[in-house]
Amino acid sequence: MIGASSNRKEGRAKVSGTACYTDDKFVPGAIHGVTVRSQVPRGILKGIHFDDGMPWSEFTIVTAADIPGKNCVASVVHDQPFLVGIGEEITHMEQPVVLLAHPDRHLAEKARNAVRLEVEELPAILDIQASLGLEQVIYGADNLLKEIRIQKGDPETVWDQAAHVIEGEYRTGAQEQMYLETNAMVAVVEQAAAETRVTVWGSLQCPYYVHTALKQLFGLPDDRVRVVAMEMGGAFGGKEDYPSVNGGHAALLAWKSGKPVKLVYDREEDLACTTKRHPSRTRLKTAFDAEGQLLAIAIDFVIDGGAYATMSPVVLSRGALHAAGVYRCPHVQVHARAVATNTPPPGAFRGFGAPQSLFAMERHMDVCARKLGLDPVGLRRKNFLRRGDTMATGQVIREDLDLGGLMDRALDEIGYRDKRAAFALTNEEDGPIKRGVGFSVFMHGCGFTGSGESYLASVAGVEGLADGSVSILAASTEMGQGKNTVFSQIVAEALKLPYEMVDVAEVDTDRVPNSGPTVASRSTMMVGRILEDAAIGFKQSLVQQGFLQEPYTADSFRAGVRQAVATLGSVKCYGQYHKPADIAWDDATYQGDAYPTYSWACYAAEVAVDLDIYEVKVEEFVTVQEVGRVVNPRLAGGQIEGGVAQGIGWGLWEEVTTQQGRMINNQMTNYIIPTSADLPRIKVVFLENAHPAGPGGAKGIGELPMDGPAPALLNALVDALGPLRLDEVPMTPDRLMDRCEEVSHG
Amino acid sequence: MADRITLTLKVNGEDRSLSVHPFARLLDVLREDLHLTGTKEGCGEGECGACTVLLNGQVVNSCLVPVVQVQGAEVITVEGLAQGENLSSLQAAFVTHNGAQCGFCTPGMLIAATDLLNRCPNPTDGEIRDGLAGNLCRCTGYSKILDAVHSAADGVAR
Repeated sequence: MIGASSNRKEGRAKVSGTACYTDDKFVPGAIHGVTVRSQVPRGILKGIHFDDGMPWSEFTIVTAADIPGKNCVASVVHDQPFLVGIGEEITHMEQPVVLLAHPDRHLAEKARNAVRLEVEELPAILDIQASLGLEQVIYGADNLLKEIRIQKGDPETVWDQAAHVIEGEYRTGAQEQMYLETNAMVAVVEQAAAETRVTVWGSLQCPYYVHTALKQLFGLPDDRVRVVAMEMGGAFGGKEDYPSVNGGHAALLAWKSGKPVKLVYDREEDLACTTKRHPSRTRLKTAFDAEGQLLAIAIDFVIDGGAYATMSPVVLSRGALHAAGVYRCPHVQVHARAVATNTPPPGAFRGFGAPQSLFAMERHMDVCARKLGLDPVGLRRKNFLRRGDTMATGQVIREDLDLGGLMDRALDEIGYRDKRAAFALTNEEDGPIKRGVGFSVFMHGCGFTGSGESYLASVAGVEGLADGSVSILAASTEMGQGKNTVFSQIVAEALKLPYEMVDVAEVDTDRVPNSGPTVASRSTMMVGRILEDAAIGFKQSLVQQGFLQEPYTADSFRAGVRQAVATLGSVKCYGQYHKPADIAWDDATYQGDAYPTYSWACYAAEVAVDLDIYEVKVEEFVTVQEVGRVVNPRLAGGQIEGGVAQGIGWGLWEEVTTQQGRMINNQMTNYIIPTSADLPRIKVVFLENAHPAGPGGAKGIGELPMDGPAPALLNALVDALGPLRLDEVPMTPDRLMDRCEEVSHG
Repeated sequence: MADRITLTLKVNGEDRSLSVHPFARLLDVLREDLHLTGTKEGCGEGECGACTVLLNGQVVNSCLVPVVQVQGAEVITVEGLAQGENLSSLQAAFVTHNGAQCGFCTPGMLIAATDLLNRCPNPTDGEIRDGLAGNLCRCTGYSKILDAVHSAADGVAR
């Protein structure tokens, strides 16, 4: 089963139009919710006024004063209110202040504009520079949402003696997840015998995050809150933390009205107010000896965290832990800061900080190669991590790691050397089209950072059903990545059963245990491993209780499960995460095994630039990655291809334009994601190297493909156009033209 | 102006008559009045193609079609592609080639691809890319969708 390209479990429903997404749920008597948001980036809310001419008595109206429990969204840091109350501070342009609901959704939308907020405006800070410069202090004493330092050796002792010291500064912009299905929630609150019971159905990655948020919002115990994950039209991190906010809003309206509530954002609202990838600025200082051996790296990594902490502390952590890249270096210093600004808070997005810091490192390595007079292949090969080497946190590489081989394979696949030589000649000719090839080498840590998996202590299980089949109990959600299929394959393999005999249970917190959030490239490796253990425990229990004899066939297994269910009523077996004995992490010092393991990759791109219009065409894209054993090659390939498409978008086209911190190109018309006409076929090569921590040897895949494309593309652009200052993404045609003019104007 | 108008049309081969808001969009009528929720709304402005349906045999974004323009028309949605339990060759190819990941663009993509294969039974990669350029997908990078369309085309050719 593991290694087979089984068809997606929910594939038939998806192609038939019967898969039920949140807004597809038919809810008789539902009223429609809308959110009234602030229209200033910072100020004190003085009053809320309802204009004449609207039948307000027909509306359900919720303000901060109505909130029954804590007006605070449960998250890493408890700092964000569900709604701003009178006398409290508004901290960004899209801050929710009032919730309205009405049976007629058109009238609800109209009413939103008939609520006027009286605000005493305060000066706002809108970018990293203004926040670091303390132009206004808006968060704590120093505007820092989180600060991390990682130290290995001491780079300060190296600078003076090194043959070469090379510095650079790199920037990355915000990026919108642009899941095709906007954020959506349905809520019902039942009040019976003085008991409140809250149920939310939604488009959400992490049912237990929303569960925790609702408990705190309403002051209810575990068993009075229920969260159900509906079919999800994409997420990419965009439905990791935000659903705690809009899930709470929908539930508040349902609680106040006593009616079911639908709260579905249209595209413009979704783009303006929900989370994005954190903008970043990275300063790198590197020292090399005369031969190009890396001696020291100092990294100053800053991300814009917006008005509240949301996921910024952990995004910063992953960014910091990937910042030194795939290189062996005796002296490393990382200073990482997430700063507050008066902008709608960014959050999780595939890659989670790593694409930002790896973009800087992998662009910088090409810059350094040029300055050292080496080629980018040779410089990297001299400095790659190998088995036995130590990373910045002191983590020792314990697996066989052949980054040189990985790189060579990618360069062979794209024909790197021949193309470079050929383009060097053709680019000399007149004509507007210039071609280049470039690449990046990178890694992505699998699972939660540091002690994260130990804190989560995830639980997942398997259950025997009355018909003799096996059902998987986990809160991990399907967002298109293939969780339903891959989990079923892992359990089928562990039980030696056909794939068709295993399926996943509906993700409903009343039914499934907390297997942790569906994030961080952790589901296959971490939850899959727990399921493998649970499945084996399930089989052993059947054998011990006399329901099953080994060896068994699918039919005898089915008969055994049927008999067990008939006899015992319910047969389930759970497993829980156990930290492998050989990994250790210290949160206080940032020393130890930052991740149980990493997936490794080299991506190579060929570009053609049209210098008449500065349009960049991606002609070819090759990905070679080592991700442990691949559970389902076709689904894994789809993950890589889709991630690369998002990475190409981030590198070249996807620009979030803001005014007073608010996205103003908040439409699909003017925020440009790749269409089928914009992309080449993406070549996917898996080099398999089974890892003991994952089920059947699997490691994480989901985020890896987001990390490599942007630096590979910009390195290819430099190959095509010469040493331009390509230190920023997205490298849009406008920006590329400016950088070309910098050179021609000296 | 009347509050409601009577709309008569044929949807997936079935004659339907219903009372709708005069400014309703075809998308709303399909989803809210006929409960044909396979057709999705991704942007509401004709950019993403998730709401693509066939209107009198032509591909349209149903979010941009006012109901007054569909009086007496014939509409095919994703629910109309299968013959009973039998998926169309294109639907089946989307399942076996992993052409649907999150599945939200899939109904519109299938309608657009069905139309493409009607017009162009053996398309090249380039023709498929052009034919589906009005349908955004954020999950696949499009390669598996191309595979599925090629495979369905080969099946048709045979």
